[in-house]
Amino acid sequence: MSWILVFEQLLNGVQLGVTLFLMAAGLTLVLGIMNLVNLAHGSLYMVGAYLTLAATQWTGNYFAGVALGLLGALVIGMLVEVITLRALYERDHLDQVLATFGLILFFNELVAILWGRASLYAQLPGWLRGHVELFAGSTYPVYRLSVIFVGLIVAVVLWYVVTRTRLGMLIRAGATNRTMVAALGVNIRLLYTVVFGFGAALAGLAGVMAGPIYSVQPGMGELILIQVFVVIVIGGIGSVRGALVGALIVGVVDTLGRAFLKPALSTMISPTAGEAAGPALASMLIYLLMAVVLALRPAGLFPARG
Amino acid sequence: MIRHFIAGALAASVAFAAPAFAQQQKLRIGFITTMSGPQGVIGGYMRDSVELALDHLGRKVGGMDVEVIYGDDQTKPDVGVQVAEEMLKKHNVDFVAGIIWSNVMMAVAPVVNGAGKIMVGTNAGASPLAGNQCNELYFSTSWNNDQTPEAMGKFLQDSGVNDIYVMAPNYQAGKDMVAGLKRYYKGRIVEEVYTKLGQQDYQAEITQLRAKNPKAVFAFYPGGMGIQFLRQYEQAGLHGKLPLYTVYTVDEISIPAVKDAAVGIKEARFWSPDLKNPANEKYVNDYKKKYGKLPVFYGAQSYDGIMLIDSAVKATKGNVKDTKALVQAMRKANYPSIRGPFQFNNNHHPIQNFYLLDTVKLPSGDIEMRIQKTIFEKHKDSYHQDCKMKW
Repeated sequence: MSWILVFEQLLNGVQLGVTLFLMAAGLTLVLGIMNLVNLAHGSLYMVGAYLTLAATQWTGNYFAGVALGLLGALVIGMLVEVITLRALYERDHLDQVLATFGLILFFNELVAILWGRASLYAQLPGWLRGHVELFAGSTYPVYRLSVIFVGLIVAVVLWYVVTRTRLGMLIRAGATNRTMVAALGVNIRLLYTVVFGFGAALAGLAGVMAGPIYSVQPGMGELILIQVFVVIVIGGIGSVRGALVGALIVGVVDTLGRAFLKPALSTMISPTAGEAAGPALASMLIYLLMAVVLALRPAGLFPARG
Repeated sequence: MIRHFIAGALAASVAFAAPAFAQQQKLRIGFITTMSGPQGVIGGYMRDSVELALDHLGRKVGGMDVEVIYGDDQTKPDVGVQVAEEMLKKHNVDFVAGIIWSNVMMAVAPVVNGAGKIMVGTNAGASPLAGNQCNELYFSTSWNNDQTPEAMGKFLQDSGVNDIYVMAPNYQAGKDMVAGLKRYYKGRIVEEVYTKLGQQDYQAEITQLRAKNPKAVFAFYPGGMGIQFLRQYEQAGLHGKLPLYTVYTVDEISIPAVKDAAVGIKEARFWSPDLKNPANEKYVNDYKKKYGKLPVFYGAQSYDGIMLIDSAVKATKGNVKDTKALVQAMRKANYPSIRGPFQFNNNHHPIQNFYLLDTVKLPSGDIEMRIQKTIFEKHKDSYHQDCKMKW
């Protein structure tokens, strides 16, 4: 087991973490500020991937496609908030789960009607398709490097917006005590719509970046959603910093577990034990981690004060 | 020809009066597949193929007017059973056909057979149904799960490929595929890796794979998993450098989604759109004409299932209440199959050829699968000796 291999796997973990972070950031804000359990967050991820594909085909330009796809996810997110979710803020979580689960079914069928059920081909511009040599004998896909890059930029921008701007101040205040924010005369409705829209755009961005790696098909959002919930539970609900740290931890732990748990168990206990327990344990690892975090810090690693 | 059969059936119905009158009613076939969710795309191909079979038969099966009732199992065994029971009790179907998933089939087949009706499996290849749980009333127009990886194992063994890296999802079918491979491949296996079922990202596993420096890779990743695996294999720069041999991974559904990442990847299969025989050429050409795309093996098997039922209903002159006679007729496999003429084994599974398929880019730019060679001739599955049925 060489250090280059470990480094490469760490990079894989960070890349997975960054994708999870983009999803988790929006979801944690919505849950933390609006107290809304939004199962349909994965649908916005799917919408982002599909709209980008359609817009790329239509304009013939990858970046125009991405821009339109993100804009589309933002607009659809805001529409969903205005049309359906507004009625749900005062209801309890079970009603919200039911309604947003309905949205999942709606979006999956809508996408299937518009584009069919078959997985679509996501074209990348040529320069993103290759791979670079990190060290001698160790190559890495350019596209995955750019995913890490974009994710980290978004993290920095989000950090700036949340901690250094007036909007961010309102968001943080909303996460802490929304009644007080409303009492101070802030248009909390508008704030909700804006936050939800940007959360949707971030989910859309995750979908855009996942498109060429994963399979673009109806229901793609639900495959990643569970991991995203794990991330926000670990990170602490309502905290963007928690989402980033949680996502990176989950990404790295999951990746290293998949890569090294089996060989580690094989050498430490016995090859048969590694054979039998390795894959099973690796797929449970993030849930075990979540259970440990919940036991030690029930509010997550970085709870939004409230 | 068909007219003669109708005349025959009419004569029979006059002779046997009352019960025969009921036989002049419509023939009802229940067809269960997956229509919703991500896997609904497979069900679409199967349904289209059933409809094409009905077109080819002039909208009559065995000379009788026919109604096909489609059911959606949502990939769930319990839903499959529900759908089957509704077909049996409410619609009074004479046959049940279809079913993609082995676990759904394991739940549905006993229900259908228990009701005294014939089940024609058109994809699922669960081993117990080929072995000790085989049933007079259960027929398959596909294969047993193990046969395809057995063929790939034989090919790898014969071509002297050594040091292969094996990857499959961590569930029963994944382990069965590897077991099938190892029944014929005796060379060195560098590593066997089982990934989580439904996993999206294979980068960690691909990094490990490259570090082990194998000579070839064997993978089983059906559906969306395959699309993701093939894309990521290409993005990692392994495509074209490290030979990839797969089963149930590259097909006419996944090729449009991965395009060039599929070129050069070898599959093993009992059928391919370019298989040369009159029945298959008719099926493939008319499928392309009607639906504007290539059919996939799931569809070919379903087309075959309807043709098999047609042959049996014809042979019994529409007396579909006589299941014994239907079973006798089906055992003859006396119909133009898309795989060419074949015989059923004692367990009602086809004895058939398996081929090596290559994914090639045609001068037109289309990417299609082409048969390279025959790996197995008249291959029997490895479970038939456990089946007590003799005939």
